[in-house]
Amino acid sequence: MTTQQVVAPEHLFFEAERERQFMTGSEAVREAIKRANVDMAISYPITPQSESMHLVGDIYAQGYLKEYFRGESEFAVMAAVAGAAMGGVRVFTATAGPGTLRAFEMFPTWAGARLPVVCAFMTRGVNSPLTIQPDTIEMAFLLDTGILMFHAENAQDLYDMILKAFVIAEQTDVHIPVGVFVDGFFVTHTREEVATAPADLKLPPYNPYSAPVPVMDMESVPVRQMRDPFVMKSNFISYAAHASWQQEILAAQERARKHVRRYLGGLLEAEHPEAAVLVVAAGTAVSQGREAVAAARREGLEVGLIKLKSLRPFPREEIRTLARQARALIVPEFNRVGWLAREIKSVVEDTTKVIDAPRVFGGMTMPPDLILAQIRRCCA
Amino acid sequence: MTNKSRTFIRMSGLGGQGVVTAAHILGVAAVKDGLKCVVNPFFGAEKRLAPAESYVRIAADEIWERGEVLFPNIIMIFHPHVITLGKCYTMPFFAGLQRGGKIIINSDRPLDLREEELAQLKELGAEVYYVPATQTAVEAGGTALSSNIAMLGALLAVEALVSPEAIRDAIAERFGGGKFVASGTTAALDDVLKSKFDRLAQLIEKNMAVVAAAQGRVSKHHY
Repeated sequence: MTTQQVVAPEHLFFEAERERQFMTGSEAVREAIKRANVDMAISYPITPQSESMHLVGDIYAQGYLKEYFRGESEFAVMAAVAGAAMGGVRVFTATAGPGTLRAFEMFPTWAGARLPVVCAFMTRGVNSPLTIQPDTIEMAFLLDTGILMFHAENAQDLYDMILKAFVIAEQTDVHIPVGVFVDGFFVTHTREEVATAPADLKLPPYNPYSAPVPVMDMESVPVRQMRDPFVMKSNFISYAAHASWQQEILAAQERARKHVRRYLGGLLEAEHPEAAVLVVAAGTAVSQGREAVAAARREGLEVGLIKLKSLRPFPREEIRTLARQARALIVPEFNRVGWLAREIKSVVEDTTKVIDAPRVFGGMTMPPDLILAQIRRCCA
Repeated sequence: MTNKSRTFIRMSGLGGQGVVTAAHILGVAAVKDGLKCVVNPFFGAEKRLAPAESYVRIAADEIWERGEVLFPNIIMIFHPHVITLGKCYTMPFFAGLQRGGKIIINSDRPLDLREEELAQLKELGAEVYYVPATQTAVEAGGTALSSNIAMLGALLAVEALVSPEAIRDAIAERFGGGKFVASGTTAALDDVLKSKFDRLAQLIEKNMAVVAAAQGRVSKHHY
């Protein structure tokens, strides 16, 4: 291991000279964690995530992390990660699809305990018969767990978002977990060019005193909630304590907006937002959308592209404003239920503008031609 | 999206044949030659002889799309069973082939394709090539494990997408350093391959001999 120098997050993200390398999404995770000054990582294998945490294990062996081990199951891993974070260290893990569901109880628990855990979700279908292929259905389930949710389009985003997730999660006025989502195989196993900062730079260490709740203090919330019979009772005080605590988690999500704007450059990115027809997407659907939008614009069609980077907090006002001047919002998705279209419909004034198509699922690739067909139909 | 300045390749083969590794080497070579490239594999359970595919997109300009290549210009078939036993994610094996596209098949003799398939291929203006890649790998490289490298040699003969020098550098990078981390099964195959050669330089030279030999053994099918 090279000796690393602690630098300001802003330097690592925006100023340090970057080198381009041809690598997979899994390798981009390794490069991010190398520079993230992570104390501890805990893994449990599941395709298409296994390679990422394997690579994190390799850099543990090289001395980049203080502790790394394999848990007994995804639930055990997410619970152990919670313990580590409560103990005041910076912690990282990753999972996918069925692993996400197996561990599910822990995600709202992390948020409720105000733990700044960063977890990568390499999305995979959840289904019987079993599938290992990409599908973003698990994101629909996680929308209301209280965690922040960023969606990486490609390996470059994955590298950047993981590093930035730690800094956003650990802000005192936020201090809740961040899930960095990425489409399995389409990004994890895909090799493309990624620009990274020098490996001898790393983030400042986590300061456990940045937590808005005392570290492992049995006399204070949230731990006190778990042991204190007063609050465990079903009575008015108990309801009020829980209600105010849950609102506080939502408030922390709201307060995260300014940090997301600062570090991710916005909750969304817009190309030609003035166009009458907009393709609105997240993850791999953005990449397929870029192809379709470029082809449509070559045909002279007035179409723009909106890339959603943050789903929690959701770019509510941004989308509402964009939708006002647009005639149609085309929402391509890699899942059966169309959860992103539902989210968008929940914030626009005229829901008839939202076209919840095209949609593929079960591991299929979305041909950009399908999005182009929708664009042509909307522009006709 | 497909267009004239982009080359979209679909490689279909069987688990253990190096379909993913061939795409990796071609992709690294393309980047070394200053081209833009996106490479990704698709497979189910990682096991020998199961269908495995990988996709390579090469262009001078930015490529955004990813996933399965549905409309390839070039299809590379690493094993006759892809066609004869349907060990393939797409049926028939040339589904989606662009007009005037090329197909390279690893076989030491022309396959007994059905009349209607040949008629469709002819109608598409498809150029079909055969190369005895496995035989060439054994003869020039001393191991059938280099069949995937022979397929890359055949590709260079049919379409000079990347330079042989870039292929050499990419092979050196893939098998040379400690940088590459493979799955358990791939690592085991890597070890077997490396055990066939005394040292890395020999592995590279032998594989480059396979590339050269395969280039000379490509034959075009006449309808």
